[in-house]
Amino acid sequence: MLGRTANGLFWMFRYLERAENTARLLDAGLRMALTRDHTSAREEWRSLIGASGQQASFDAKYDGDFTGSNVWNFILRDKENSANILSTFEQVRTNARMVRNTISSEVWEAINESWMNLESQLKRPVAQGNLGKVVGDVRRAGTLVHGAMAGTMLRDSGFHFARAGTFVERADSVARILDIKYYLLLPSLTYVGSSLDTSQWDNVLRSVSGDRAYRWLNAGEIDARGIVEFLVLDERFPRSLAFCHSALRDDLASLAKLHHAQGACNELMREADMIMTDTTIDDIFEKGLHEFLIEFVNRNSSIAAAIAEDYRFTA
Amino acid sequence: MYGKRIACLADLYKGRCDASLNRGFMTEAKAKFDEMFDADGSVRPAYAGYCEWFDQQDQSWLKRKHGEAESSFRKTGITFNVYGEDEAEERLIPFDMVPRTISANEWRRLTRGIEQRVSALNAFIYDLYHRQEILRAGRIPTRLFRDNAAWLQQMVGFTPPGKVYTHIVGIDLVRTGPDEWYVLEDNARTPSGVSYMLENRETMMAMFPELFSQVQVEPVSTYPRQLAKSLAACAPPACNGKPNVAVLTPGIYNSAYFEHAFLADQMGAELVEGSDLRVIDGRVQMRTTHGFEPVDVIYRRVDDEFLDPLSFNKDSMLGVPGIMDVYRSGGITIANAPGTGVCDDKAVYSFMPEIVEFYTGEKPLLPNVQTWRCSDKDSLGYVLDNLEELVVKEVHGSGGYGMLIGPTASKKEIAAFRKKLQATPDNYIAQPTLALSTTPIFTKKGLVPRHVDLRPYVLVSPKGVDITPGGLTRVALKEGSLVVNSSQGGGTKDTWVLKD
Repeated sequence: MLGRTANGLFWMFRYLERAENTARLLDAGLRMALTRDHTSAREEWRSLIGASGQQASFDAKYDGDFTGSNVWNFILRDKENSANILSTFEQVRTNARMVRNTISSEVWEAINESWMNLESQLKRPVAQGNLGKVVGDVRRAGTLVHGAMAGTMLRDSGFHFARAGTFVERADSVARILDIKYYLLLPSLTYVGSSLDTSQWDNVLRSVSGDRAYRWLNAGEIDARGIVEFLVLDERFPRSLAFCHSALRDDLASLAKLHHAQGACNELMREADMIMTDTTIDDIFEKGLHEFLIEFVNRNSSIAAAIAEDYRFTA
Repeated sequence: MYGKRIACLADLYKGRCDASLNRGFMTEAKAKFDEMFDADGSVRPAYAGYCEWFDQQDQSWLKRKHGEAESSFRKTGITFNVYGEDEAEERLIPFDMVPRTISANEWRRLTRGIEQRVSALNAFIYDLYHRQEILRAGRIPTRLFRDNAAWLQQMVGFTPPGKVYTHIVGIDLVRTGPDEWYVLEDNARTPSGVSYMLENRETMMAMFPELFSQVQVEPVSTYPRQLAKSLAACAPPACNGKPNVAVLTPGIYNSAYFEHAFLADQMGAELVEGSDLRVIDGRVQMRTTHGFEPVDVIYRRVDDEFLDPLSFNKDSMLGVPGIMDVYRSGGITIANAPGTGVCDDKAVYSFMPEIVEFYTGEKPLLPNVQTWRCSDKDSLGYVLDNLEELVVKEVHGSGGYGMLIGPTASKKEIAAFRKKLQATPDNYIAQPTLALSTTPIFTKKGLVPRHVDLRPYVLVSPKGVDITPGGLTRVALKEGSLVVNSSQGGGTKDTWVLKD
């Protein structure tokens, strides 16, 4: 496989995951805003812009006017926001076109049809009544593509590059969401263990579609520690950091086997693995969650960079 | 019962034929030839099977199908980008669901003519870059290639692997009567559109499966496999083992990118861009996740000019620095061979009858359209006097750009063209306005006749010439229009060659 093609597959799935995660965040934000008073709703919309990493470009356009429709249109389709969902999805499709002869036609059609659908829905600003549908369609696009991939793609290196992209991106975005939300909810350590605003914590879980799984496992009990443990260390939950890294490890191992060589990415993965296995929830709080997450995100990025280098993505 | 149904369809359709005849776009109305119906309104034999099926169908169901075709093309992403328009815009080439049909007998005659012509083209290019016997014999003038921008000095004295220059050729044919087929243009450089030939058939089979059990049609799906085989048969001396074939594309923003990806996919070949390739150890190698691997045969969809910044356009980012040196030392096969464009020129076209005769020793089986070379003083005089009747084309032009269609042009357009023609007569050739044959297209109001041409696809390898039974039928969708180019609003049809 060409290095450029591997790069295209890797990024196609990173962008797909990114679009999906942004949609989840928006979904959770909308729900939150609907259940709160006016001021808290604004606060929620503001935090959403913070979480999207586009504070500066939002301020430049709206000068702090955090109304719901400003925020969701900004996140979904605003050209001033380089990371808007529509252009992220367009990146998915552009990469898919580039690697078109290594993906099955079902995967391509799932992407192309989803893109045609989103493009037509996002041509004009989205009214509140349609927001739920758009956001649902973005998530469904991810489900469709992953399903088509599982059912039709050859299990060769292309498949593993695609999955590696998925899990690198998912780990990155879950860690960032957790960091930002947690920081907003618990400005200092002294808050750990204090009585919590359950609806806000529910929102953290909802942002990564983990609310139902968490309630099932914990019989409805909500506490900060439990949630962090669930999202960081629980290997059963497919969006936890531990799950992402375990999946990534498997794909990198398959790639090494297919290429008859261990690369720098496999070595970094092993180190990251050891750290995750040895870490307990107590260690995380002792170190500070923020510090832990920053280190995690950095390790994750180094692994991504090593994959690109090992498999000659660009040179 | 059957006879009556056909009669109804025929009457309906014939009425429309006459209506368009009365528009006066044709200088000689009597020359008009419809491929489905004869002058009495009876269905010609090649279309009998289709018409029988058509008459059995519920018309409102057919109308729904008509709409489905477009959305199916959009989903599969068979799109092209139009030059000069918004770069990012992807357009569909309109698809018409009435097949263009050719009988087994007609096809046999055509293939003999095509094979003869393509063999002559290949021999001609070889000769031009070697001893130039045809010039020595005084059969064509030297200025033909001296002024030819596609001529490549780098190819002089070099023989490509397998002695093949034109691996893939598209011969554009037009028809004016039952036995009157003409070659309108030879595309020996990079004929495009073959993906439409394949996808149009796929679409027809998906939309009307029962039609194919009623009418026996030669398959076209063999093309990609034949292409892969044909390219592999031209592997260079440096190749050891199974030849590694790659398709070189300018990238996803090229108007034909879909076709490049499609062909690579269908052949099981890599789809590469210039940035994936590098010359290492005298071979052209592609950057894979395993490291660099040699490519043996490259099917390039990049023009000569951009192929090698060291030899041609030095600013090109689309090519591979040094590929021409590797080529000349036997390290790679480039298809089609660089410098092949010399024979796409319309001035060369005008000499094709002489060229065919010179290299095959036979009279051409497929005639040229009568052509006046404006470089010739007497011809120029005639052309200037008859601009209203003629089609005038640029010698190096393609894609329907920069041409004058006298009968449909305004006085102003003709006057402007006259000035251009007088300023640089060598740049132009002229041809009579042909009464191109028509075939029906499906519209909401029923079948209406539209002008068509035909591009069969021809593969050349040391093992011989292979012609896929079918081709790309382009159709001018506007009533009376003779311009079938997709860049000018033309559409396409599935093209059937019937089994015996």
